[in-house]
Amino acid sequence: MAGIDLSRFQATFFAESREGLAAMETGLLALEAGSADAETIHTVFRGAHSIKGGAATFGLRAIADTTHRLETLLDQMRGGKRTADAATIDALLAAVDVLRGMLARAEAGAPDTHGDAALDARLAALLDAAPASADAAPRADVAATAPAAGAPARWRIRFAPHAGLFLSGNDPLRIARELAELGTLRTRCDLGALPPLRELEPTQSYFGYEFELDAATTRARIADVFAWVDGECELSIEALDTVPAPAPLPAPETPSAPLAAPSVVASAPAAPGSDKRAGETHDSSDNSIRVATGKVDALINLVGELVITQAMLRQQSAQLDPGVHDRLLNGLAQLERNTRDLQEAVMGVRMLPVEFVFSRFPRLVRDLGARLGKKVRLRTSGEGTELDKGVIERIVDPLTHLVRNAIDHGLEAPEQRAAAGKDATGCVTLAASHQGGHIVIEVSDDGRGLDRARILAKAAERGLVVSDAMSDADVWQLIFHPGLSTADSITDVSGRGVGMDVVKQNIVSLGGVVEIDSRPGRGMRVRIRLPLTLAILDGMSVAVGSETFILPLAYVIEALQPSRDDVRSIGGRSRVLRVRDEHLPLLPLADLFGVERRPDAAVEADGLVVVLESEGRKLALEVDELVGQQQVVVKSIESNYRRVEGISGATILGDGRVALIVDVGGLVRGCSAHAA
Amino acid sequence: MSLKILTVDDSASMRQMVAFTLRAAGYDVDEASDGRIALDKARGGKFNCVVADVNMPNMDGIALIRELRQLPDYRFTPLLMLTTEAGLDKKQEGKAAGATGWIVKPFDPDQLVATIKKVTG
Repeated sequence: MAGIDLSRFQATFFAESREGLAAMETGLLALEAGSADAETIHTVFRGAHSIKGGAATFGLRAIADTTHRLETLLDQMRGGKRTADAATIDALLAAVDVLRGMLARAEAGAPDTHGDAALDARLAALLDAAPASADAAPRADVAATAPAAGAPARWRIRFAPHAGLFLSGNDPLRIARELAELGTLRTRCDLGALPPLRELEPTQSYFGYEFELDAATTRARIADVFAWVDGECELSIEALDTVPAPAPLPAPETPSAPLAAPSVVASAPAAPGSDKRAGETHDSSDNSIRVATGKVDALINLVGELVITQAMLRQQSAQLDPGVHDRLLNGLAQLERNTRDLQEAVMGVRMLPVEFVFSRFPRLVRDLGARLGKKVRLRTSGEGTELDKGVIERIVDPLTHLVRNAIDHGLEAPEQRAAAGKDATGCVTLAASHQGGHIVIEVSDDGRGLDRARILAKAAERGLVVSDAMSDADVWQLIFHPGLSTADSITDVSGRGVGMDVVKQNIVSLGGVVEIDSRPGRGMRVRIRLPLTLAILDGMSVAVGSETFILPLAYVIEALQPSRDDVRSIGGRSRVLRVRDEHLPLLPLADLFGVERRPDAAVEADGLVVVLESEGRKLALEVDELVGQQQVVVKSIESNYRRVEGISGATILGDGRVALIVDVGGLVRGCSAHAA
Repeated sequence: MSLKILTVDDSASMRQMVAFTLRAAGYDVDEASDGRIALDKARGGKFNCVVADVNMPNMDGIALIRELRQLPDYRFTPLLMLTTEAGLDKKQEGKAAGATGWIVKPFDPDQLVATIKKVTG
């Protein structure tokens, strides 16, 4: 059996340990907040317990040692022998951090060095203060099994099982076999307790045994054989000093046969019908499996290709006569439905609840609040809202920054809050929800809100073009400007003025939008709107000349055919379009990308216009033709070619041609930059 | 027909290791991630031996053993606890619930196979 290599299970162990540590952290925070239920402490204990078991198995001694101490503490808490006071929780949380680091190092293949001396001292101090030490027992065990010098070579063992021995699944035969492994065994069976046949209860044990064992072994080793039946039998182990001549014990000599009988009886009730059902129980015990993201992505790519093929078939079949090809067309319609369902299902595989991000914040809020001397309560809602894994991973940093900002800059010190008539404990809220084809994540606080005058002053100081007439929304957007920070003092938490611009960039690169809402003295709210997934886009396809472009539907407000009177020229070239008393910049899509317009469309004054909106600003885009609305599979241009200004990606159309996806956000920004 | 073993552990890595080791030794192994699932599986078909972790959500190993012992099919079946060296009082509790014996963690493949062989032999 030495050939068994368990290292292949290490990856599972590390992944599971990370989850275990996260669950421990959540549980410890709940204990501290007093919101824990009876199960919480057990969950925390199980986390430590599982990591310890795995670490010991993989030979990660230092991790096993640390978790062992942790487990002992938690066991005392679980048994009501220790209260969950602040010092203990603090030490336990610190231990979680240290373990996280140790596991990460072990996973990276670093040698299993000792974790953290300070932590060890802290845990040891807590354990020393314990009412009772649970560590005494294993040490005694070790001492008992240590080999003794000059051990007797011969033993007499009297073993009288209680009547119920079989009912614990134990079997004297197994014990006899195990003794026989130690040396030469002679067995005598005592049938004295056997009742008359009609009083005999076949499931009970009536025999007594006397073993004589020739083996140079220890009493402890022999006692070990009987460890499982301790308390279920009368047992005496006697060392025989002299080794007599090998005179066989009187009959009946019973190595196995008489002993086998009860064991046959024992298993008999189980036999009927049990084998037949054996095959039916092979469902998986786990409700989930771990799959490498690469495999899922490959699947998504293939489905993407399938969607394209399906679109191609639909286009080809559009020319067929429905009367003649009725069945083929029905089949194609069904294919379209199935393809869409398949696509949705496969995309669903990549979806994770936003809880994966939210769950890291209770700890962050607690630590940060403590460090800054602020009282903070964190509220979360909509944790079950699902989001693409890729989006989830890239939203972590921006959200972390926003939450830090809210606590550091947003919330006032407790005295200030009390003076302002507010609850001394500030509240930071994280909320996620579905809105249309988007996910909205909001980070809000009930702090002091943004200071309009100060932002404007700072912006002017930095040489930005600002005016007092700017709308609030425009002023708030200034905080995303590189180099603008509203903190009076620079702290190590936030406030160097790098950050908000990075936050915005990150979100925009995800196809998301950030909006800010703030009221002085009441707090501020940052609203992040994100696409559900990065791989598929609902688009409106428009044609200009011989080219097709995709406009992401999320930005499209309406499409209209304006009358000549609504178009005005301002100055030389720039034109505006009046739509219901609103004047929007009017841009021809053809000019933006240098495409030749269709001769007929160019002459025709009543062109088609699509109104787009991004970040609260609108824009009218002139196109030649509206082709239709469709889901497109986004292919990155950046990774296949290079970044192209004004284009966010590409897709393959049903006829195999490539269509570019217009970066509407960038277009609107660029347009208003020209205007400013 | 090879003997059927049920391994019960909430830790996937531990469960997989036990299952892998026993499969390599020729046993037919089924897995369950807590006591409740294990009990359902045990009711659905007879196992020759059950190896259960003690600390599990929903139904812990001791409760599982107590429940299993009530089932006619499992009156005499070896029911083993997978436990740590420190869990002495747990061993007692397990015995009282009807456990046959225990296997001590850290888990050692050779020792596991030897023990299973012993109790099912």
